[in-house]
Formats: sequence, structure tokens, C-alpha cells
Amino acid sequence: MVATNNQTSATEHWSNDVHRLFSEQQVTIVSFVPDGGLKLLIERCQADPAIQAVTLTTEEEGVALTVGAFLGGQRAALLMQSSGVGNCINMLSLPQMCNAPLFMLVTMRGEWGEFNPWQVPMGQSTPRVLEASGILVYRVETIDDMIPTVEAALKIAFEGHCRVAVLLSQRFIGTKNFANSGE
Amino acid sequence: MLDRRAVVQTLLAQRGDLLVVAGLGSAAYDVAACGNEPLDFPLWGAMGGAAMIGLGLALAQPTRPVLVITGDGEMLMGLGSLATIAAQRPPNLRIVVLDNERFGETGQQRTHTALGVDLAAVAQACGFIAPQTIRQQDELTQLHQQLHQATEPVFAVVKITPSELPRTLPPRDGAYLTHRIRAALLGTAQALDG
Repeated sequence: MVATNNQTSATEHWSNDVHRLFSEQQVTIVSFVPDGGLKLLIERCQADPAIQAVTLTTEEEGVALTVGAFLGGQRAALLMQSSGVGNCINMLSLPQMCNAPLFMLVTMRGEWGEFNPWQVPMGQSTPRVLEASGILVYRVETIDDMIPTVEAALKIAFEGHCRVAVLLSQRFIGTKNFANSGE
Repeated sequence: MLDRRAVVQTLLAQRGDLLVVAGLGSAAYDVAACGNEPLDFPLWGAMGGAAMIGLGLALAQPTRPVLVITGDGEMLMGLGSLATIAAQRPPNLRIVVLDNERFGETGQQRTHTALGVDLAAVAQACGFIAPQTIRQQDELTQLHQQLHQATEPVFAVVKITPSELPRTLPPRDGAYLTHRIRAALLGTAQALDG
């Protein structure tokens, strides 16, 4: 099952740029639970011999992995869909207690034009859950904001020793819709 | 069934450059009772995360052996991480579960391992090679060797008596513990540089 993406060329473009920013910030480990909106970025990371790509069974594993990587002197990035944010809540205390950087890239569901009502509760609570857990929240609503926001978030995470989540709006990623997916 | 403090003392003897992540509760106290070393990372929370912290450390430090020592309750909360780790196959990661079949910190309630769940069989099904369940002290000698020499991820359950021992508490300050292991591994300058 692959999410329809109505901005394939734009998506490909930002994935290349985000992958380049990961390299510039010396991110060597990228962990994820996949989402349709992250498909190309995941493929870029998996194809990069300088990155160890780790598929998770649940997103909180990636929070713990990121802190372990920091203990060993490496930088990790964590990718997930907004539904995965709720799976992370208790584990988010770990990077906070350890003063460890955390960079999360979150593709949003349950907002702009969502067709699946089951995605709405977690999608709507995602920014508040993150803020209540002490995470800085950066929202990206347009393609023009994408690269500067990811760049700033990586910088404040790894150089500013912060925990930060970049939320990619469904308006810009593309709204999943089985009716036009061709599947 | 074995005494948990004796088990951990045996496993941490002549530890050399072994990095140790200890799951919250009694496993962390057992490791602290062995000396509270800079290359220890004991947890006071993050239940279910010990094995994944170990994976992150193992991927970041591929030339060092990394040992996760944790309890059965902590491991049960992170069963999915056994699938993630087996799929990743980090050659330097070792996981040892001290299994007293109890939630020791909360009143000795029975865990799932008291009710038939076999953690070594779970690990085997995930893809770990020959996971063991150890009940005799002499079986620990081989495990101790594996901690330092294995070239595949190791998983072992050690059945221990559900006794409550005096608590040897490790430091509680996570930022301190983080800096301590980073400074020991990377040197102070790099540890401070982020």
C-alpha cells in the first residue's frame, strides 16, 4: 500500500535536499517507521553507504536508538508519521534527561483533507503532545519553508543540544486518497 | 536458578573495553554493585528502551563490544526491538536478560515469563543465532567468552532467584551519566562538543 502523492517531483526534490542536509550535519544513522510521504527520503538514506538505515517496529525504539548513538558519538535522525508520535511519549523523557539531541521529521496525517477518520485524533494532538513532552515543534506548511526549516532544526538539535520535531503538513506532502491511487 | 549479583559479577569480570547499558531497576543496581564504572550507562526510566540504546551504541562504536543487561519485565516491554536488532545484525551487541519472572520493583508480581513466555525462543524466532537460557553457574563461562569474542549478536536469558537484595544505587543524573560515558569513549573535548 503506497500513499498517493500529488507532488511527486516536489517530493523528490525535498528528499534530495534533506538527504544532503543530513550529510552536511554528519548524520550517520537514520531510523524510521515508514510513511508514504517519507518514501523517497528513506530510499535516499538506504542507498547512502555513509548512513546506517534502521527500520523500527515502533517509533519509540528510534528515540532510544538516537540516544544510544549519541552516547557513542554519532548523530541520528528519526523519521515517522504523526501517528507514531504518540508511541514515543514516555521514551521522550530519555533524551531530555540525558541532554541528548533529538531530530524528528514527522509527516502529518489527520489534518488537511484527511479521508481516514481514524487518523484525525492523533494527527490533531501531535503538536500539543510534542510540546507537552518538552520538544520544540517546527511546522512546515509550504515547500518554500521546507529546506530552511529542516536546516534550522538540525542545527538547533545537534549544535544547540535540543530536542526538535519538524512537522510536514499534509497540505504540502499531499493528501492520501485511495480513490486516485490506482491501487 | 542463580544469584543475580554473582551472575553480573561473573559477566563483568575482566571487562576490558566492554560498554554496558543496564535496564532500570535491579539490573542497574546489579551493575552498580560491580563498581559504577565510567563505561556503564545505567537507566532510571525509559522502560523498554535498553536494548535499543544498546543498538545505537553498537552502531556508533562498531569496534567495541556492547552489553545490555536488563530484566525480564524491561525486555518484555521492548519485544519489538528484538526484531529490529536481529534484522540489523550488529556483530558487537550482546543482550543478557536477568529473568526472575517477576516485576521486582513493584511488589514481585509475576511477569509473562512466569506464565510460559520463552524470551530465548522469541529471540530465536526473530533471527538471533542460538540464543541460550542459562540455569547453571558454569554455563556463564562460555557466555562471558561470547561477550568479548562473538561476531554475531548474542542473546541470553539467565534464570535468577526472585530475591530482593540491598539496593546499590547508581547516579540518577542522566546528563552526568551521559557525559561520563561519552568522555570515557570520546575524550572530554569531543564529549563537550556535542
